[in-house]
Amino acid sequence: MRMPALKLSAFWICAAVVVLLGIAVTIFDVFAINTFIYFAAYVVLQYVVLATAWNIMGGYMGYVNFGTAGFFAVGAYASVALYNLIQAPLALMIPFSGVVCALLGLAMGYLTLRLRGVFFAIATLAMAIVLETMILNWDYVGGATGAYILREREMAPFGDYVEFLFFVMLLLAIFAVAVARWLERSKTGRGFGAIRDDEVAAECAGVPTLRLKLIATTVSGFLMGVAGAPFALYVGFIEPSSAFNLIYAVNAIAMPMIGGATTWLGPLIGALLLGTVQQVATVTISSELNLLIVGVVLVFFVIVAPEGIVGLLRKWWRPRKWWRPRNDR
Amino acid sequence: MCMKSFTKIGLQRWLTRSLAAIALAGAVAFAAPVQANDTIKIGFSMALTGGLAGAGKGALIAMQVWAEDVNAKGGLLGKQVELIYYDDQTNPANVPGIYAKLLDVDEVDFVVSGYGTNLIAPAMPLVMQRGLVFPSLFGLAVNEKFNYPNYFQIMPSGPEPMTDWSRGFFEVAMAQDPPPKTIALVGADAEFAKNAVNGARTNAEKYGLEVVYDESYPPKTADYTPIVNAIQARSPDIVYVGSYPPDSVGMVKAATEVGLKTRMFGGGMVGLQFASIMTALGPKLNGIVNYDFWVPEPTLQFEGVEAFLAKYQKAAEGQGVDPLGFYLQPYAYAYLQVLEQGITGTGSMDHAAIGEFIRNNEFDTVVGKVSFAPNGEWANTRVLMVQYQGIEDNELATFATAGTRVVLYPAEWTSGTVNYPYAQ
Amino acid sequence: MFTIDLLLNALVAGVLLGGFYAAVSLGLTVSFGQLNIVNIAHPAFIILGSYIAYMCNSLWGLDPILVGIIFIPVFFLIGAGAYRLYYESFERKDDEALRGLAFFFGVMFIIEVGLIMVYGVDFRSVQASYIGQNLRVGGVGVPTRMLVPFCVAVAMFSAVYLYMSRTFNGRAIKAVAQDRLALQLMAADPVKIKQLGFGISIGTAALAGALLIIIIPVEPSVGRLYIGQVFAIAVLAGLGSIPGTLVAGIVLGIAESLVSTFFGPSWAPAVAFGILLLALAFRPQGLFGR
Repeated sequence: MRMPALKLSAFWICAAVVVLLGIAVTIFDVFAINTFIYFAAYVVLQYVVLATAWNIMGGYMGYVNFGTAGFFAVGAYASVALYNLIQAPLALMIPFSGVVCALLGLAMGYLTLRLRGVFFAIATLAMAIVLETMILNWDYVGGATGAYILREREMAPFGDYVEFLFFVMLLLAIFAVAVARWLERSKTGRGFGAIRDDEVAAECAGVPTLRLKLIATTVSGFLMGVAGAPFALYVGFIEPSSAFNLIYAVNAIAMPMIGGATTWLGPLIGALLLGTVQQVATVTISSELNLLIVGVVLVFFVIVAPEGIVGLLRKWWRPRKWWRPRNDR
Repeated sequence: MCMKSFTKIGLQRWLTRSLAAIALAGAVAFAAPVQANDTIKIGFSMALTGGLAGAGKGALIAMQVWAEDVNAKGGLLGKQVELIYYDDQTNPANVPGIYAKLLDVDEVDFVVSGYGTNLIAPAMPLVMQRGLVFPSLFGLAVNEKFNYPNYFQIMPSGPEPMTDWSRGFFEVAMAQDPPPKTIALVGADAEFAKNAVNGARTNAEKYGLEVVYDESYPPKTADYTPIVNAIQARSPDIVYVGSYPPDSVGMVKAATEVGLKTRMFGGGMVGLQFASIMTALGPKLNGIVNYDFWVPEPTLQFEGVEAFLAKYQKAAEGQGVDPLGFYLQPYAYAYLQVLEQGITGTGSMDHAAIGEFIRNNEFDTVVGKVSFAPNGEWANTRVLMVQYQGIEDNELATFATAGTRVVLYPAEWTSGTVNYPYAQ
Repeated sequence: MFTIDLLLNALVAGVLLGGFYAAVSLGLTVSFGQLNIVNIAHPAFIILGSYIAYMCNSLWGLDPILVGIIFIPVFFLIGAGAYRLYYESFERKDDEALRGLAFFFGVMFIIEVGLIMVYGVDFRSVQASYIGQNLRVGGVGVPTRMLVPFCVAVAMFSAVYLYMSRTFNGRAIKAVAQDRLALQLMAADPVKIKQLGFGISIGTAALAGALLIIIIPVEPSVGRLYIGQVFAIAVLAGLGSIPGTLVAGIVLGIAESLVSTFFGPSWAPAVAFGILLLALAFRPQGLFGR
């Protein structure tokens, strides 16, 4: 097997350009007169991480996780706990939240090893509710009353703290997509595909399904945790009903489905598109229609375009390009 | 096969169209609008969908009534007033972005808060950074951590919001003969209810009451009978409840069904002030002592409140919001009145000057005279304790008349005497 | 704090609550357990039923249970139609696992937002003569608000159980997910059978919705809160077992009620879902599993 990740491919060039752009717009304050862009972009990028993380379980392996909001919130609350404990900086919060959620993912994997498909989905739903109950009763991180985190006003050299948060989320998004892309193209990724297509057959063929499932739950949990880590700093105030908001679970499912669940590009496109539409709709339509968009677009896509946008593009754009997953070749 | 080719063509068209639509919407959202200097723009986020939307929509109508009133009078500093608002979906995560948009894209002159603690707090970092005057609508102790001098909160909870909130309940109870000795505390596992019960716990200690039951329940509990039974088993003299609308209804129903025997019941139950819930519960409310902010009692007929309610009630028809508008709506009008008088009083749009002016003056509003303590809360608490009395039917008109919700506390506004004990 | 009275009261309240939980889960037992259709939107259909009961009750003063019964056929047709769409779009392409789930997730959202647009987000409740009464047997109180829905729930269970075990079509519904081929050999069309089964499943939501709004006030998004409980009961029951659903519902109701009475209500949902997680980990076939 070649190591595609090491090759200087179009993907890494794109990633580098995006990072440089991110540095440029924050340091030189391209949008200084319009900080709304940073706020909106932060949220969209956060969904890129969540959708990509969800897709590792859902898209590659066919295991639907309804508990995205649970992982996200635990990531956010792990940061709050660490902040209360040692006033930790963000650079420490993110890996800490990631590790906590990776362990949570591993534990969930162990607990649900024997379950297939839909039982797993229900277990994740139940787990999110148990976690929310625990956070509600944990007064150290604010419990039901919520907790405040006072963020710095500025962060050199980025200027406004929100610009810094935007840049951090940009790095996390690129990291998440790179991890998903690497997994997808590795032997592990082919194992995921085998599980999705027929778990029993895969097991009979000698695919270590148990280990692969644990890898997937752990990696997916880690990424969801890091997505949640800066949440309390972004909002300035955290309480369980907003951290465990169902919208995170809905979007984490809808975005890959709309983009196309079999490749890393799908959740990226889905999150950028749906996330942007939501941010724009929040400040333009600003009514129930806003929520309706997610539902209608999701139903529309799963019925009419089962392979998502990537599937449609593939149909129209015949020549094989670099975003095709390797195992299709 | 036929189906497939159809969808393909349809999709192509659909995709191009929707991309065009997104581009257009994006251009609208991100482009700075044309400058207009003849208006004063006031921006805010409001819960128009999600859990707090019922109250949020009502508040919005009250604010629109205010804007109409001001514009009819010739506007502020000779300029017309324009409200710019977005739906935060009752989700705090949407709030920072909305205020950034208001300030940077819409270039509003002033911002005021949305409804409720959870949706006020996320706007604070940005507001503080820009040094803006920030009138706030029904936040509970938001400023305790921020200590921001230009924060002005209109809910009359008083300078120590956590304990002032339930003080009236205890004052009324302790004035009875014989005074109660034991208390049960019960509340929902959510922001406001938890704070209310925490305050009541502090007060219980201060007034020397023994706490015999102290539990919280998840807000989605379906059946409250076990909770009321467990409370009854401890036979507390009084019961303080901190709850949200659905569980307030559940607790009241369970208390009447179980036949809760205690001398006072209620305290911090949100929702019992809403017309839809009052008409649903009707006579079951009799005897409950609960907090309130405005009731149609003769002692609370402030200048302008009647005219405001008439306009509100007309505007609220068919909007699916509270048809009476007693609880929150006058305050949603009043917090803009404070801003209005700050602007006219200083004759300027300078936030520092207006903040200074609001800190040091008393304001005449539809909810009476308002002045602010250094922490931005009301200088004196005016959380009313009212008792539901003599309710015999479920008609809306019943609750619009004086005498059904008698004010027991504070003494200045008292309009009747307490029926004690809570007879069930 | 422990008294016999308190224990008896907790048990009675638990049984009554459990009956209601079971009624809410019955539709899912049929669709999820017997037909293998993961209808995550089921609670949303129940809320739809609640709002119809509310509308008829507030406009014409009709009894909510009566409204629920009248609307069973309407919901049956909705369910049959929804299954058609589901079959054509997903099942026929053998694509139901991931996309079918996402489809119902979207449907749930659309129902919820539709209700918000029509009725707003205020809590709605119904009026009926049996709401607010209380029967007393010794030291035990039985609120009729809970008793009436319990009795209706048991009646609904009996009806569905008899239909499923005594009629050809009923037995075919039970068989369809297990062995389509055998069913075809018996000259029954599996698609038609599943359509019938899914119609029944959504039909029960009309009545369950009416029961829900009798017990507590309802607003459009409360349906989400019940997704967990409903699936917990369906799994705990052993998928597809109708008597199992009733027992599992009552077990969950009693567990919640006991914990709420003796340990504090804030832990009640965690206990319920704790039971579910344990069941999934150690006995995934459920209490009455095959």
